[in-house]
This record gives sequence, structure tokens and C-alpha cells, in this order.
Amino acid sequence: MPLHDLHRRQKVRNMAIALGLAGLVVLFFLITLAKLSPEPGQ
Amino acid sequence: MSDSTVTAVSAGSFARNAALADYFALLKPRVMSLVVFTGVVGMVLAPGELHPVLAFAALLCIAVGAGGSGAINMWFDRDIDAQMSRTRERPIPAGRIMPGTALSFGIWLSIGSVALMALAVNWLAAILLAFTICFYVFVYTMWLKRKTPQNIVIGGAAGALPPVIGWAAVAGEIGLASLVLFIIIFMWTPPHFWALALVRADEYKQAGVPMLPVVVGAEATRRYIFWYSIALVSFTFAPVVIGLSGVIYGIGAALLGAIFVTLAVLIRRRRSNACARRLFSFSILYLFLIFVLLAVDHMSWSSTFLGS
Repeated sequence: MPLHDLHRRQKVRNMAIALGLAGLVVLFFLITLAKLSPEPGQ
Repeated sequence: MSDSTVTAVSAGSFARNAALADYFALLKPRVMSLVVFTGVVGMVLAPGELHPVLAFAALLCIAVGAGGSGAINMWFDRDIDAQMSRTRERPIPAGRIMPGTALSFGIWLSIGSVALMALAVNWLAAILLAFTICFYVFVYTMWLKRKTPQNIVIGGAAGALPPVIGWAAVAGEIGLASLVLFIIIFMWTPPHFWALALVRADEYKQAGVPMLPVVVGAEATRRYIFWYSIALVSFTFAPVVIGLSGVIYGIGAALLGAIFVTLAVLIRRRRSNACARRLFSFSILYLFLIFVLLAVDHMSWSSTFLGS
């Protein structure tokens, strides 16, 4: 496989990992907010 | 170049050649979509409320847990997959992902999904998810699949649990109705997979997997498919009997069940692979529509009697 193609693939993979981690951080933040909000009926 | 260098280079190209699509394929996305869908219906039917963010987190956990166990399954079954035309192009047998990479990917996803379920939703749902993953990996994949023709009968329990997990995520308990959903999928699994096994019997035989047609023959398998189909269709009326669903679901289940049994009868009479293939395809649509009907009927009942 040509080197530039390898680099492109690695770049895409690193970007996906970064986006996944960012998504997890946002999800944990939202979960924290949801856990802190009062339950229905309270 | 020494042998160790060759090994290192080929191992490196293994990993570098893996595209994101290959990692996605490890998650068995088609299986995952049905698992997520039945989990959603379990959540819709369950009594109680769950914050939308937590509901999303619960579904994500079910999806990722299913995907993680699918990746571990592909790691363990890589020898079988390499021998069958249907699975030969999967990332591990095709040489695009290293077995160890797939295994660690699956383990981390499984652990992460259970941990998130426990933190975000509740312990019961997390324990059920962990049990489902362990059952699929250790009981079905590592033990039953290569040992007995009853592999998919018992192993089907893993695929039947997602609506129970969804239910537990919302209600915090396991209700009778969620067990009814479990049994519907549990009864559906054998005729679904045996129809596929009829078509792929030679490949399963070559790979040494004791699927029912390989062990007892095609004729006996067709008989089993028929009786399991009768049992499945009969049981799909249980939601009406226990008051979970009403007329809309009952009529729909009767019509769909009539088609299912007709296809099972055709398999017995015509003894053709085309009929088996047709039942296999229809069975996927059947399960999807049964769960759509359960959800639709429940929502229409709620809006009529509860005014919500």
C-alpha cells in the first residue's frame, strides 16, 4: 500500500478515535446533568 | 530479512490495512440493529419513565455490548469463518484485522458498555447486559456452537435478552411482560437459524459445526422448523392473554403468523433450499413487525385509555 494512503488511513482512524472520545465526554456530561435533574413527580 | 522482521512487517500491515469499516464489521451491525430495536421496544413497553439522555445511554450500552460480544465471537470463530463462503470476507479471516486486536476491541467494548450501564442507568440492567455478553461468548460461542445441534436453541437466550434489558433499564425490575418478549425471540431463533442452516448445511459440515441439518439431516430439520414455528406463532398471542397488547397486535400477529406457518409448511412439502431461504428472509421481517406491532398497539392503547 502506498505511504500516502497509509497516512490517510491513519489520519482517518485517529480522527475517529478523537471524535469517539469527545462524544464520550459529552455523553458523560449529559448523563451527569440528567442524573442531577429531579425525577418526575418530585 | 530475518523471520522475525517478516512477521513484524506482516503484522504491521495487518493492522495498518484495517479500515474503520472493518472495525464496524466486527460489531456485526445487522445483528446489532435487531438487538437495539427489540431493546427499544422493551423500553417503550416498560412501566415508568427514563430521562431521554439516560434512555439513549441505555440503548448505546445495549448496542455496544452486542457489538463487543460480536467481535469476541468473530475472534473465537475465525477458523470456522475462514472455511465458509458467507463469512470468509470478515475482517479477521480476510487478514485485515489481527485476531488479538479484534479480541481486545471486543473485550473493551463489552466492559465499557456494562460499566456505563451501571453508572448511567441501573445495576439490574448492567447485570443483565453482563450476563447476556457472557452467555453469548462463553456458553454459545465457546461451548455450545461446536458441541451440540441444540447450540442455537440454548444460545438463542442471549439474543432474546435485549428487550428484558431495555425493560429493566426503565422499570428497574424484570416484569412478566418482559419475559414474554424474551420467550417470543427465544422461540423465533431456532426456525430462523435452522432455515439458514438448511441452505448452508454443506458449509457447516465442512467447517465441523454440528448444526441440526448436519447432525439429524434435512428432513428432520424441516420437521423441527415446522413444530417450532407452530410453537412460536402460538406464543405470540401471549401478550394479548396477559393484557400487554390488544386487538391491533392480535390481528397483526395472526396474519404474520399465518404467513410464517405457511412458509414452514412449504419447506416440509417442497424440500427446496429456495423455500428455506424464503423463510429465513421472512423470519427477520416477521420479528421486526411483531415488535413494531407491540410498540404501536401499546402506544395507541396508552393514548386511548390514558389520554397521553
